[in-house]
Amino acid sequence: MLWTAATALLSHWRRRPLQLATLVLGLSLATALWSGVQAINAEARASYARASSVLDQKELTQLVPRRGDSIPQGTYTKLRRAGWNVSPVIEGDHRIGNTRVRLIGIDPLTMPAKAGGFKTGDTSNLTAFMSQPGVLIVSQGTALKLKGHTQMQLQISPDMPDGAAFTDIGIAESVLKRRGELSRLLVAVEQRPDLPSLGTIAPEIARKEPGDRPDVAQLTDSFHLNLTAFGFLAFVVGLFIVYATVGLAFEQRRATFRTLRSLGLPLSSLTLLLVTELLVLAFVAGVVGVVIGYVVASLLLPDVAATLQGLYGASVPSSLSIRPSWWATGLAMAIAGTIVSSAESLWRVRSMPLLTAAQPRAWLRATTVGIRVQLAVGLLLLIMSGALATFGHGLMVGFAVLGCLLLGAALMLPGVLSACLAVLQKRSSRALVTWFWADTRQQLPGLSLALMALLLALAANVGVGTMVSSFRLTFIGWLDQRLAAELYVMARDESEASRLRAWLPARSTSVLPIWSVAGEVLGDRLEIFGAAADDPTYRDNWPLLSGTVDVWDRIAAGRGVLVNEQFWRRKALGIGTGLVLPGGWEVPIVGVYSDYGNPKGQVIVGIDALAAHYPHVSKLRYGVRVPPADAAGLKERLTSEFGLPAENVIDQTTLKRQSRAVFDRTFVVTGALNAFTLGVAGFAMFSSLLTLSGIRLPQLAPVWAMGIRRRDLALLEVLRTLALWLATFIAAVPVGLALAWVLLSIVNVEAFGWRLPMRIFPMDWLILAIVALAAAIVSIFVPLRRLATIAPSDLLRVFANER
Amino acid sequence: MNVRRIVASLLTATLLLVPPKAAIPQGFAGLGSTADSFAIPRPGGRLAFPADHGPHPDFRIEWWYATANLQAEDGTAFGVQWTLFRSALAPRTDSGWLDPQIWMGHAAITTKDKHFVAERLARGGVGQAGVAAEPFFAWIDDWEMKGLPHSGANQLDKVSLHATGKDFSYTLELSATGPLVLQGDQGYSVKSAEGQASYYYSQPFYEVSGSVDIDGKTVRVRGKAWLDREWSSQPLAKDQTGWEWFSLHLNSGEKVMAFRLRDARGGYTSANWISPEGKPTPLPVGSLQITPVRIARVGNKDIPVAWRVQIPARGFDVTSRPLNDQAWMATTTPYWEGPVTFEGSAKGLGYLEMTGY
Repeated sequence: MLWTAATALLSHWRRRPLQLATLVLGLSLATALWSGVQAINAEARASYARASSVLDQKELTQLVPRRGDSIPQGTYTKLRRAGWNVSPVIEGDHRIGNTRVRLIGIDPLTMPAKAGGFKTGDTSNLTAFMSQPGVLIVSQGTALKLKGHTQMQLQISPDMPDGAAFTDIGIAESVLKRRGELSRLLVAVEQRPDLPSLGTIAPEIARKEPGDRPDVAQLTDSFHLNLTAFGFLAFVVGLFIVYATVGLAFEQRRATFRTLRSLGLPLSSLTLLLVTELLVLAFVAGVVGVVIGYVVASLLLPDVAATLQGLYGASVPSSLSIRPSWWATGLAMAIAGTIVSSAESLWRVRSMPLLTAAQPRAWLRATTVGIRVQLAVGLLLLIMSGALATFGHGLMVGFAVLGCLLLGAALMLPGVLSACLAVLQKRSSRALVTWFWADTRQQLPGLSLALMALLLALAANVGVGTMVSSFRLTFIGWLDQRLAAELYVMARDESEASRLRAWLPARSTSVLPIWSVAGEVLGDRLEIFGAAADDPTYRDNWPLLSGTVDVWDRIAAGRGVLVNEQFWRRKALGIGTGLVLPGGWEVPIVGVYSDYGNPKGQVIVGIDALAAHYPHVSKLRYGVRVPPADAAGLKERLTSEFGLPAENVIDQTTLKRQSRAVFDRTFVVTGALNAFTLGVAGFAMFSSLLTLSGIRLPQLAPVWAMGIRRRDLALLEVLRTLALWLATFIAAVPVGLALAWVLLSIVNVEAFGWRLPMRIFPMDWLILAIVALAAAIVSIFVPLRRLATIAPSDLLRVFANER
Repeated sequence: MNVRRIVASLLTATLLLVPPKAAIPQGFAGLGSTADSFAIPRPGGRLAFPADHGPHPDFRIEWWYATANLQAEDGTAFGVQWTLFRSALAPRTDSGWLDPQIWMGHAAITTKDKHFVAERLARGGVGQAGVAAEPFFAWIDDWEMKGLPHSGANQLDKVSLHATGKDFSYTLELSATGPLVLQGDQGYSVKSAEGQASYYYSQPFYEVSGSVDIDGKTVRVRGKAWLDREWSSQPLAKDQTGWEWFSLHLNSGEKVMAFRLRDARGGYTSANWISPEGKPTPLPVGSLQITPVRIARVGNKDIPVAWRVQIPARGFDVTSRPLNDQAWMATTTPYWEGPVTFEGSAKGLGYLEMTGY
């Protein structure tokens, strides 16, 4: 009996392969985007964790300076002599050729056992490691970039993250010019008993316990949250498809269910069969989805890696490894999603009266009560969103604002549309037109899910598009201000730099030193730059957000400091607040400047003050002002006459082009996910229309019987779809703009620390409208063809049939 | 694989920080093959004190090596080792991290059924480890061998010795009752038929008192100790693979230093008979015969822990037995080093070191 029942139920899919394909494909697409995003996130997080455990030795307790950025070498010796098993590290950024490398100098003799996880080859030789010119342990990729640019022996370790190198502490000390200055000390797990306390031996250093999350993971959190939000949005849209399709399949099998039940199949067996069927489908769709997700992730990962590198300096491999965690969650999401979206249909089967005629429920669904409840809930959500935006703080709140906004708008859509349609219906005088509006309204409940999905996708598109374009415009304007110097020059060493300082002034309008030191301010590691504040370049161009009237005079005099926007927001600083810089030098904040694309805090002081307080600052980089017409000539002379390598002289145009390229790559992923989401929404619309067309015959048959031709009926269907699509699109624009506002003013501020002015780009909407229109037309094509070619006998049967 | 292990394997594979006592065979990564630009011991070179108590950075390897046979008041026997090795990557010194002088400390306590080992590594130039000749002070981290104020002229006549490990520590005071003893020919100690040699002198006449601390329990101890000072650049012949080395305190007050370097041809032996007054008599090559008496399983190796030691010319024929078979030094360069007692034509105690197993 069970087997017979199963074959009877399954025969439905054999007769409607398109429906089966819709279900599987819808679920697969949803799962694909979700698991693809998860795969990218997992890969990136794993790489942060690895980098952090290898490079920062995060599993160990560390000793770090309480003030400034270094621990005197003598402190290390003092601790060792007191019995502390600690190991020194000197680290810093070092440029080799054109590659910036994070150089980590270690002492192999005292390195604790848990200090990291990289392998060296068998060829390694401690003598070479510990003697000049030294050995760099690097990743394959870094080795390729460094080859030929350094005398140091390159040794490849598969566990090294890109852009970093281990070397001997002695080598690092001389290369980084940090004589006698240690960056931090690693504390081995094994210590002798009765150690004297740290406070008595070395009060100048602080303990930092292990287990802190990697800095880069914290920095990139917002980026991954963005991706996750996108993946989830796509998944929800995908679930609409599943909901619609499962609903249809159950609807169409009501007669079968009733027959089976009448033949004596217990309700429990029927439910079991249906649940099994759904689970099998969900599993298959989940597997397909995970596979597609893997492909999507592999395609996107290189861009994500480039983004993370450009935006955060985080190194992520551009190839994907398969992790059980993400494919398992992908499958679980597919199955859970199916159960959630079919729960309603299953419940209806259970409560189906056995002996009532198997009426299609299209009529029943047309309850206005449901729509009103939705409207109310939606309104509530919108109010909540507004309240959260006004009173809430934090990135999670930002996303909650987004969630409430989108969901609220989506829930309100059917109600609003229904109201509009009611008005149109009342105002029309011709019977056919009145019927058209009334019938459209009648269909609304069945289509509402698809329309909601479409609204979400369109709004997301408008919102994200507005954000990206606003960002781009602001960023480019800001680049123009910020990169004011015509040439940027970098000397290879101090002696070349001092020659440069003598050579340049006679040949240029002004020379602006770009010197910086790294240090800890208010607990954050950041760069402290010097500015030649007397130069008009700064006074005229530097993008200040706010500041005192005499900001540049105070900077020039060394009596003030500028902070970047993100640092200012993160630490809730104010103009006039005193800031303690490394070395215990306290200066008041006199201004705030925008600093897009930089995840970290930054501080600017007068160049003389910088040189006075940090005499060891590297003085290699300069901005050169010349009349724009002379820039090319000076660049040429810098290489031919002065003897700088061409790559050490960059002109403004090139630099801007490079910055823009980084920026554009940043949003490739966002764009791609956006397109995917729109695709899924289009598909949702398609599947909903397909569902409706199957159960709409009873409504159309009487109209046809009254003399409206099938061709005209089809035309009316097209018009109806277009009307609904247009209404949804119009509704999506304000929702999208609200979304963009939340992204720019709340999420960006929380995630990146900068606030951007919003710009509006109606041309982008037009493109979106065309794309969405195409999706709508394609989605109506199959139902339309069915309608236009339906046999009159089928239409007649509506009257002959029991229903 | 972690950094430390990688580095450790590098140490053994390529640098070899000095195996104890006699020095480095070629088998240990080529360090023994040539002296490169390092200084080489010459016969007839006179040792000068206190300068020669200090380091000789132009030689490749060097050590300050103390072993002590101790007893608690209840008669429990202990062996204590304190060693500071110096191994140079290049024959120079430098201040800061680029100093090519590398220091390694080994400390151990041996009891009848336990053997505690600790190791420390450091580079010179930053003050973490080093040796000063006058006043005498050898240190690595918190381990020290320190010359104490006393009436005599020699810096090494009275020293304190301190080391700690994860579960042990000791603090001892060593007072010499006899003079320094130059090994070999006035301190020039030949190590092979081809003429490899080192500079080598000892202080075998220490009386010891102090305390050892094991697992938090402190025990007062007394006994005898022996200090070896040796430096060289290329002390072993190419085919020498390891050695057995004995330092023996005879109950008569006499001391015997004896070693055999193993090679394919039956080994190179050397011995020095030291009178109770400290007068050394180097014995001719071949005067010493040693024969394994008992083999013990130590870790995954078979090691001859008991030996018959014969010096027929002196009527000396004893069998030495270890306090603890398992006195294995599981350090960067592993070896066996532990206290022994001997019986036969003479009685006494001492230390045995075996490498290359």
